[in-house]
Amino acid sequence: MSKIHVSTSINGDAVEYLCEPEETLLDALRNHVGLTGAKEGCGSGDCGACSVELDGRLVCSCLVLAAEAEGKTVSTVEGMADGEKLHVLQRKILDHAALQCGICTPGILVAAKALLEKNSDPSETEVRYWLAGNLCRCTGYDKIIRAVMDAAAEMRGA
Amino acid sequence: MVTEYVEGSAGTEYNKRDFKVVGTRPPRPDGIDKVTGRALFGADLTAPGMLHATILRSPHAHARIVSIDTSAVLAMDGVKAVVTSEDFVKQQGSGNQDTLDNCMARGKVLYDGHAVAAVAATSVKVANAALKLIKVEYEVLPHETDVDAAMLDSAPVLHEGRKFRNIPEGNNANVSGFREFGHGDLDEGFAKADVIVERSFKTAATHQGYIEPHATLATMGPDGRGEIWVCTQGHYMVRDMAAAFVGMETSQLRVTPSEIGGGFGGKTTVYLEPVALALSKKSGRPVKMVMTREEVFRASGPTTSSSTDVKIGMTKDGRITAGQAKLRYQGGAYPNITAMLGAMTAFASYDLDAVEAQAWNVLTNRPKQAAYRAPGAPMAIYTVESVIDELCQKLDLDPIEVRLLNAAKKGTLSSYGPTFDEIGLVATLEAAKAHPHYAAPLGPNQGRGVSCGFWFNFAGNTSVSMNINEDGTVAVIEGNPDIGGSRASISMMAAEELGIPFEKVRTIVADTNSIGFNDVTDGSRVTFAVGLATIKAARAAIKNMCGRAAQVWGIDADAVDWLDGAAVPTGHNAGEFPPMTVAEIAGDQAKTGGPIAGHHEVNVDGAGVSFGVHLVDVEVDPETGFTEIKRYTVFQDAGKAIHPDYVEGQMQGGAVQGIGWALNEEYIYGEDGKLQNAGFLDYRIPVASDLPMIDAVILEIPNPGHPYGVRGVGETGIVPPLAAVANGVSHAAGVRMSELPMSPPRILAAIDGAK
Repeated sequence: MSKIHVSTSINGDAVEYLCEPEETLLDALRNHVGLTGAKEGCGSGDCGACSVELDGRLVCSCLVLAAEAEGKTVSTVEGMADGEKLHVLQRKILDHAALQCGICTPGILVAAKALLEKNSDPSETEVRYWLAGNLCRCTGYDKIIRAVMDAAAEMRGA
Repeated sequence: MVTEYVEGSAGTEYNKRDFKVVGTRPPRPDGIDKVTGRALFGADLTAPGMLHATILRSPHAHARIVSIDTSAVLAMDGVKAVVTSEDFVKQQGSGNQDTLDNCMARGKVLYDGHAVAAVAATSVKVANAALKLIKVEYEVLPHETDVDAAMLDSAPVLHEGRKFRNIPEGNNANVSGFREFGHGDLDEGFAKADVIVERSFKTAATHQGYIEPHATLATMGPDGRGEIWVCTQGHYMVRDMAAAFVGMETSQLRVTPSEIGGGFGGKTTVYLEPVALALSKKSGRPVKMVMTREEVFRASGPTTSSSTDVKIGMTKDGRITAGQAKLRYQGGAYPNITAMLGAMTAFASYDLDAVEAQAWNVLTNRPKQAAYRAPGAPMAIYTVESVIDELCQKLDLDPIEVRLLNAAKKGTLSSYGPTFDEIGLVATLEAAKAHPHYAAPLGPNQGRGVSCGFWFNFAGNTSVSMNINEDGTVAVIEGNPDIGGSRASISMMAAEELGIPFEKVRTIVADTNSIGFNDVTDGSRVTFAVGLATIKAARAAIKNMCGRAAQVWGIDADAVDWLDGAAVPTGHNAGEFPPMTVAEIAGDQAKTGGPIAGHHEVNVDGAGVSFGVHLVDVEVDPETGFTEIKRYTVFQDAGKAIHPDYVEGQMQGGAVQGIGWALNEEYIYGEDGKLQNAGFLDYRIPVASDLPMIDAVILEIPNPGHPYGVRGVGETGIVPPLAAVANGVSHAAGVRMSELPMSPPRILAAIDGAK
């Protein structure tokens, strides 16, 4: 079967790629577009390391077909910072030492950003349940939760 | 009794000092790369002309390989190379043969998922299609995955005709190791007890659960030179293994470590790397290999499962009179020493007159176990701490007071042989006793659990180089992958010793050709050992810089001291000169003798053991058997916390892995010997909504073996949670739990059984 041509918008840039019909959005991002920030931890939607936003909705990019991005907008961790200026969440993750190995960090950041876009003042429980789809094996989540709560507070104050 | 292990006794390294950089919390040097997606992990690299390779794995738990026919594969479009065990060099008389056989089965497959062949092709899709064309004829054999059953005479034998050393009579051919530790007269000890508790325990095998699957990219040219890019805890280990298995000299293979997405011990061996290298050698093209999550579960890690009998006697006032443990661990299809480590650690927290721990390592049809954070200790200490808790319950004694009464301290003859130097168990217990958590009220269906934990820590072979750049900034070159912020702590120690700001130092993790040998990032060794070598490399550079200043000033080198990042004249006859800073000395280096550097290579001793105490409040729902962690506090001796944020992180992360082990995580095998839950949906590690905040209390009892007093902190944190949670659940549910994980059905069954 011939490849599918996809025109999409990734982090604000118009992007085109050719993909196999069965190829995932995650593989297209990593292998065709050169954005390796999203990671494959499981390939089954259980770990959240591949989290991206598709038309503003948080998805596991390993569960989305590459062809489905046609005409849509995709946001990845690479689009979070504004040039040299980090997103508040990125800064707070660093301030709170909320990463150890860093493999889950891109997915956590994208998922937390999606949360704060919907809910600017989440409770600790709301943050914990929202991030329940993002596995972190290093930190025990404590510092991640604190970082997200702190980022939310700063964004509300700003 | 055999007591070969000797506790490090370097003894004289530590000097008390006031720190300027150490103990602060600067941002980690690799942080921005890791929050922006720029950091390159194992699967993130590609190479021109790259092929993709995948592995054919055994569908059987145990079978003889009658034949492998790969003839149809190479005829397929896009397939460039295929390898089986025939393509690797036999490793005579070493444990490396087991590692090689685990990478690619030879003669027999020993577990579900065991690699049989690998194909390199132009895409993953083509490679996977090619695997289906490989014809393997198997003669299926009986299998066993349970540790106790594998020790029976009726059990199928995994390695027929292979003799393991020092196995006592009466053990079958699956027992690959036996060791015992202890001292004193057990009969006499138990005779002194007012109460004796004997209990048997089981723990399930758990996986390290790193989120990044194993991944590598290998290249080998026709000139016989190779390159490997890989996520690993030790690239020198990868170099040595891969070179040996493919039959090349280590000088011809350069291994570069990627950023590593978690390891916890699971990335201290090779799986894909020799295979990718062999495929690259055959195809002449770069070969990338990335495990799927299912492959990670079926064929990497996990830790051992265990079956243990424990007997402990106690007087009415809480003194332990004797302790005995029989620990049986299965570590999969190849020999390992995990049970031995369990036996060494089981009673290490206590000062006992009579103690004995015996360990059996047993072979089963499961994946070859890999180290997992304090390997062997969590399951051993779980059993001992559970029985101590039950004794406290029976005697109506405070569990922390009883532990304080029996705690090991400086001068204690440890249960595994050596005598302890300065250790922090008493201080750690005192901190737990005084903490508000210990006095907080409990609600209905809630219980509080306490446990001590212990780990040896390791030091080992280490090389560090330090270059003083021409502008006075500093490059530290080390060879241990940064698995949790070690670039930060190493830079901090370099800055501290040199007396310059943290920001002036950049630490890199170099490839195998750029710095001398380093042991694997394991045994909680990096901050300790690489830190020590960095401090000594800095001292060498300082000595050099003092010499340069002396030369400029025209005074004796002995008359120059180092203070706050500058050379200063010292003593009566030195003369009056203003301090000469690193930047000034470095700027003049061409005129004073050339480039300035320091380096240190050493097989370090004196890692310093570490103790922890965990407190947990749990609530058990009597209707569903579900356990909720309500509150959790970790107390641990760090010796000296270089970067306290990352020390807390180790304590919190270890605690949560232990909580998962206690409540959820379990390798589940069917009657057919196949792993039934090879994915994160069914092998459920703790998620954010399962947990409260994990409070971390750092204690600092300096390690005499390190210049700044550092002890490793990475592993101890996973040791206490198993018993702490089990003790809490046992109190909350009103029935003593003795099998992990304490899943809801198991808790409900225990509650029903007690009615």
